[in-house]
This record gives sequence, C-alpha cells and structure tokens, in this order.
Amino acid sequence: VTATSSQAPASFGAPIYEGSRIPQPIPTILQVPPELRETDDILTVNFGPNHPSTHGVLRLVVDLDGERVVGIRAVIGYLHTGFEKNMEQKSYWKAITYPERIDYLSFQQNELVFVLAIEKLLGVEPPPKAVWMRTLMSELARIHSHLVWLGTTGLELGAISMFWYCFRERDLVLDLFEMVTGVRMHTRYFQAGGLAEDIPPGFADECRRFVDVMDQRVDEYEALFSHNPIFLERTKGIGLLSAADAIALGQSGPMLRSSGVDWDLRKAQPYLAYPEVEFDVPVYPEGDVYARYKVHMDEMRQSARIVQQCLDGMPEGPWIVDDRKIVLPPRAELHTSMESLIHHFKLVTEGYRVPEGEVYVTIESARGEMGCYLVSDGGPRPWRVHFRAPSFVALEATATCLTDALIADMIAVAASLDPVMGDVDR
Amino acid sequence: VSWERVPGFVSDQTAYGEATVIVERVRLREAALHLRDVEGFNFLSDVATADYLGWGEPSVAGYWGSAGGRDTNSPGSWGHSRLPASRPKRFSVSYHLLSIPSAARLRLQIWFDDGEPVPSVVSVWPTADWHEREGYDLMGIVFEGHPNLTRILLDEDWEGHPLRKDYPIGGEPVRFSGME
Repeated sequence: VTATSSQAPASFGAPIYEGSRIPQPIPTILQVPPELRETDDILTVNFGPNHPSTHGVLRLVVDLDGERVVGIRAVIGYLHTGFEKNMEQKSYWKAITYPERIDYLSFQQNELVFVLAIEKLLGVEPPPKAVWMRTLMSELARIHSHLVWLGTTGLELGAISMFWYCFRERDLVLDLFEMVTGVRMHTRYFQAGGLAEDIPPGFADECRRFVDVMDQRVDEYEALFSHNPIFLERTKGIGLLSAADAIALGQSGPMLRSSGVDWDLRKAQPYLAYPEVEFDVPVYPEGDVYARYKVHMDEMRQSARIVQQCLDGMPEGPWIVDDRKIVLPPRAELHTSMESLIHHFKLVTEGYRVPEGEVYVTIESARGEMGCYLVSDGGPRPWRVHFRAPSFVALEATATCLTDALIADMIAVAASLDPVMGDVDR
Repeated sequence: VSWERVPGFVSDQTAYGEATVIVERVRLREAALHLRDVEGFNFLSDVATADYLGWGEPSVAGYWGSAGGRDTNSPGSWGHSRLPASRPKRFSVSYHLLSIPSAARLRLQIWFDDGEPVPSVVSVWPTADWHEREGYDLMGIVFEGHPNLTRILLDEDWEGHPLRKDYPIGGEPVRFSGME
C-alpha cells in the first residue's frame, strides 16, 4: 500500500521525532521493506478473524520471513453493530443500555461515561451515596475486566490453569453484581441522577468477604506467573512501546502506564469519589508485555483497596436525585398520586429532554481513556453519540509493538493490548 | 486563555466547562501543529464527527419545534421546548485534545459542507489514522492527505455512510427465500 494522495504533507516518510518506532507512512501498518518484497520467501498468513488466541474477532494479516514478522496489518470491523446510529433513535432513558454492550467486560464504566455525559448536559448532581456506589461498582468492574484479561492471556500463552483461577474470582464479582442489580452482566444500574435502586442489605458484608480474599488471590496469580521461566521468556522485552510513541499513538490506561507515563484520569482529572480515596497508580518504565502484566496485577490490588474504602465511607441517604422530570417516581406512589402516574408515563414513553449542547466526558476505564461525545438538540433523544473506545486506539499500536518481532510474540502482544472487540468495532 | 493566536482562528467559546476553538477548515493542519508544539496538546484523544442535516427541523420521527416554543396543539408532539441554535454548516469534526501532564483539554472544531475535504492530521498525531478512517467510513468525510483512507469498520463494497442523517435505519436490503 502506498500513499494515496500526492498532497501528502512533506513530513511524511520521516519519523515524527528521533527514535520513533512508529511505521511510516501509515502509522498502523508495518509494510514489508522493498528489498524483501522481491524475494519469494515472504509468506503472508491470515490470522483470524476466528482464531482461539486472537482475543475475539480480530484479524491480523502477517507477512513472515521465516519466523520473523516483517509486515503486519490489523483488520477490524467484524463485530460492528452500529451502536452509535441505534442510540440516535432511542430516548436517553433507553439508550443507557447500549454502551454497556460496547465493552462487555467493563460494562459499568461504559454506562458511567454515558450517564455522566447526560448529567453534564442536564446539570444534575447525583447524591453522595450514588457517587460512592458508582465508584465502588467501577472498581469492581475493573477487577472483573482485569481478571478476564489475565485469564485469557494466560490461556493464549499456554497457561490453562490461570484461566480457571481467574474465572473463579470473576464469578464472585458477578455474584456481587447480581446481588445489587439482579443481573450478572449489562446491569443498567446507573441512571441519570443516581442509581436505579438502593444498595441491598447485606451487600457490604458480601463485598468485604470478596475484598478480603482478593489481595491474597492476586498474590497466588503472581506466584504462578511472575517467576515462571516460560512466561518470563515470552513476555520480557517483547512488544516494546516507548513513552513518546505511546502518547503519539494515543495510548491510554495500562498501555501508557506500562510505558513509563504516570497518567491516570482518576488522579489527573478527579471524578466521582476518587479524590477522597487513597490509591497508588502503578507505573512501569519497560514498555513490554511483562510491564503491562505487572500494571494489571497492581491495579487489581489498588481497586480492591478502593472498594474497601468505598464500603467504609459509603454515605447514607438517597441514592437518586428527587427530580420528577428526570427520575421515575417511586413505585408505591403510582397507586395514589395522579401526578406521579403522569410523570411515570411521560418519562417512559417520551423520555426527559436534555438541554442543547455538546460535551465530551472522559473516564479511566479498565482499558484507559473512555470518552463519550454527546450532542443534544434539546430533544428527548441524543442527536449524536460517539464513543472514544480505548481498545480501538490500543490496536493502533499493533504495528509499532510488533516491529522486529517473531511470530510467537504476536500472540503475547495482541493479548497485552487488551482489545475487547465489541469496544473496537462498536 | 485567548486562542486568537491559533492559525485560522474563527471563534472560541466555553460551554459546560469545555473550551472549544473553531478554525478554518483549510488551515486545520497549521492549527493542529500550533496546538501541539506551542500549546502542548500532545495527546489526541478523539476525532468525533457529527452530521447536522435536519437540525431543528420537523422530521419523520416526530420532532416538532417552533421558535416561540413547543406547539402543544400539534398531534403527537414530541416537541423541543424551543428551536436549537442554527449551525454554520452541515458537518463538524471535533478533535478532542489533551495535554499530558497538565491535564488541559480543548476541542478543536471545524465546520464544512458535504464534499469539502478536510486536511488530515495523521502527520501531527499518528493516532488520528484510524479515527479519520472511521470518520470516512461511517460519515463519508474525505480526509485529504491521509496515507490510507479506506473503510475500516464496514465492508469495502459497502454503499453509503451509515452515520449520516439521510442514511435510513433498516436501509439494508434483506433477501427472502424464493426471491431468486
């Protein structure tokens, strides 16, 4: 593939700065060097979209010179479902269910970013209990997402037992979600204005029991992996990404922190109850697959720490704002109050109107900077919704990470980018 | 902060606590370079496109509005409380910039009509590669100077750009058995 336009800026062809490993002229495609292209030893392998170790329907087209990767291109779109178009047809009230299905591993956080965008336009401030519970649920979602990441990564590198251990703990998180919301995944627990329901009695005890074991379980995972010679061999020094390249490629979350950039939106632009809880941001300078693994492990510990503090600091009081133009009236009132019945009917059929404007809200999801661009025309449905999906951006780094790599590294690198294909394709 | 030194500056505004700078479409790349190198916006978070066709007009889905307020007498009215402010052109592209480590955010925005090409910023922020391809694929915006402007999420032979407002929901033809 060559540059399609003759009007390409003059700076194309030269790296944007000294020492950059980002391929040129196309930053996301590693092209076979011309001198190699002539030889007939180059083998092009189509890897995916259905392959047990591609982390979903990711297709990688790889050019191989023996075992060496000399060209690579990630092809996506196999899970494109048109969420953004669909959401334009739904009232805000109903559209909240969509973002959860985009990234099906950290669904609470996707829901959160959309709800925060609606609230920013509405100018609604949720009550403290809702803020703290949102923080708690977001961190449980992060643990859930990281557990699935660790389990599937282990599986792809041949460590099958890790998968069973991770899914054992994942089930505990899903049990907690079920206890709070009634469903295990895609919970739709966050509403514009607060939470859908109060925290059930007994949740704090159950959650504490989980947090107590979690720290020890992370130690057990580390005992399995951190000193395992096969794992170290396959991850250390593999898939290198420098700090400057990571920023230029828009990488965020664990990808950025494992390249030595101390950047976490929970600290840098505090939201929810994060300013009031104590936690550390793990940063590793190596920029390889092993550093990404270490960041994920440390983040699970820190998330458990935040959950613990949320349980301790959980305020009493209402869980949703008392604004009948946005929030459904309590069920019991429908039998006695005509106004409540009208409000209920209007909210369910027509939805609430959101003031005109455009906002861009970002949060630190399990995969990094999750953004939601929301345009409202003042009506009850979003005019335009766009999600900045962290996995989509993470896959842009495939070519850079796989410069000078071997075919076996490709599996480890693709896994370490932590792509959730629903998030990539939307 | 005044953004008037940004090349191609048209206007700036702050709404909902977010700063927006609107620049001329043709000078976008200059503005991007200025913001990256002088103002320190080293991180491109997102490229968000929007189509404003039919903005504030009554449409098939039941939107009705009037300048003075919602016409409650019109049947089945899902009205606006008032008409939204008009937009300068049909399309907008918003570049959401972030500065690491100062955490400043800025929305760099351009407005243009159908068929007008937008300068690519891939050479400024390499991450724009896939974002611009997505904008081309789903919204039909041509990014001039992009090294590989092809469809990314949809099939290569897909017709139309689904996120445009004139692209119908359910517009995909469905084959039934017996229709040979």
